Amino acid sequence: MLNSRVIPCLLLQNGGLVKTLKFAKPKYVGDPINAIRIFNDKEVDELIVLDISASKEKRDPDYALIEKFAGECFMPLCYGGGVNSVRQARQLFALGVEKVCLQTAALEDPSIITRISDNFGRQSVVVSVDIKKSWMGEYKLYRSIDGKKVKQPWLLYLQHVANAGAGEIVVNSVDLDGTMAGMNLELIREAASAIKIPLIAMGGAGSLSDMRDAIQVGASAVSAGAFFVFHGPHRAVLITYPDYRELEKLLGKK
Amino acid sequence: MKNNQIIVVDSGIGNLASVVNMIQKIGGEAKISSSLDEIRQAQKLVLPGVGSFDAGIIALKERSLDIAVKSAVKENGSLLLGICLGMQLLFDSSEEGSLPGLGLIPGHVCYFQLKDEKLRVPHMGWNIVKPKRSSILFDIEDEHRFYFVHSYHVNCLNAKDVSATTHHGYDFVSATESGNVMGVQFHPEKSHRFGMALFKKFLSL
Repeated sequence: MLNSRVIPCLLLQNGGLVKTLKFAKPKYVGDPINAIRIFNDKEVDELIVLDISASKEKRDPDYALIEKFAGECFMPLCYGGGVNSVRQARQLFALGVEKVCLQTAALEDPSIITRISDNFGRQSVVVSVDIKKSWMGEYKLYRSIDGKKVKQPWLLYLQHVANAGAGEIVVNSVDLDGTMAGMNLELIREAASAIKIPLIAMGGAGSLSDMRDAIQVGASAVSAGAFFVFHGPHRAVLITYPDYRELEKLLGKK
Repeated sequence: MKNNQIIVVDSGIGNLASVVNMIQKIGGEAKISSSLDEIRQAQKLVLPGVGSFDAGIIALKERSLDIAVKSAVKENGSLLLGICLGMQLLFDSSEEGSLPGLGLIPGHVCYFQLKDEKLRVPHMGWNIVKPKRSSILFDIEDEHRFYFVHSYHVNCLNAKDVSATTHHGYDFVSATESGNVMGVQFHPEKSHRFGMALFKKFLSL
């Protein structure tokens, strides 16, 4: 039986690891290499590393740092941040990264999804889609590079991205980011039923039962940040990952 | 030729760094090579690969690596381990493409035919691998959990070539062993301790 994946998502800023709250207030949580080593020992299903300043600063991925990650990472590694060309994707794959995650570039020109997917297979392309609720209570596509909402209807965008050649889509709820308040199940259900490719649900996971809920409404995988790096009511930094048996009991059989 | 050396065949289509990293982690020596002589004389070969079937075969042929790999296996008795697409390329043909494969193991590669709509293709994530008792790549008593990413899987013409199966909608062939030619559909290089155990086993053969 296929077990749903549980994926820590690590955010990079200036070479350090941070965790945001609703996409703001990045808090330093430690050294990324150290974190990857810990996750490695804990036999994590997969890792997503997003450099949240690369696109904003219009710069290339930090290849030297990513090569170090890949050398320590004996599980699938997905990198996102500043990727907008086949050339960059090729360089990342050569370093030992399995998947690239696109957001800014895909919003600008979805053909980048097709180009990378045609060259390296669709399993290597993850598209990250951030969703924020408008004051009218409608879900809107959100562009993390400038914090603006995008007009295009989000469900159509998901289908467009899937048709363009994405292998997986991460749907993240901006309003729940870092809150650990539970996941937006309505959003996840709608997203999962709109696409046939695997959906990675992100945003708001604060417990294993939150993750189970997301899986039950159709997510193929759950990703989280705060849940894996913060501990206790005061959000002390402590890197954790549930034991496989625990995950198996909760999410095991599908 | 050193005993703990594994030649990783570089056809330009694989994620070689991950394979090399893991072989080194378990104390082996990994050498990336596209040298025909080196491949022909290797004791152990790994053929990684991602992408589509035809692109994989074309990449091998462009560098004459298809001939080198075949001659290593047939004339030198080299042990060959194909990974993911590298496994599929060992077979005769694939539904994904029109070019013939390496033809080292009889069989055909086909797309997942799933009835359950909840199951998705690509089959992506961790899954249990059930080895057969005769397998030399797995310690039968151990637990085997590996990371998979694929939309196609192999069908062996001869049941004896199946060394492990995995369930995704139905049981499919997740590992194959036919004499000195072996293949795994999953990514041992990305399956932490389970992958390390498999590479150690391969290294010890």
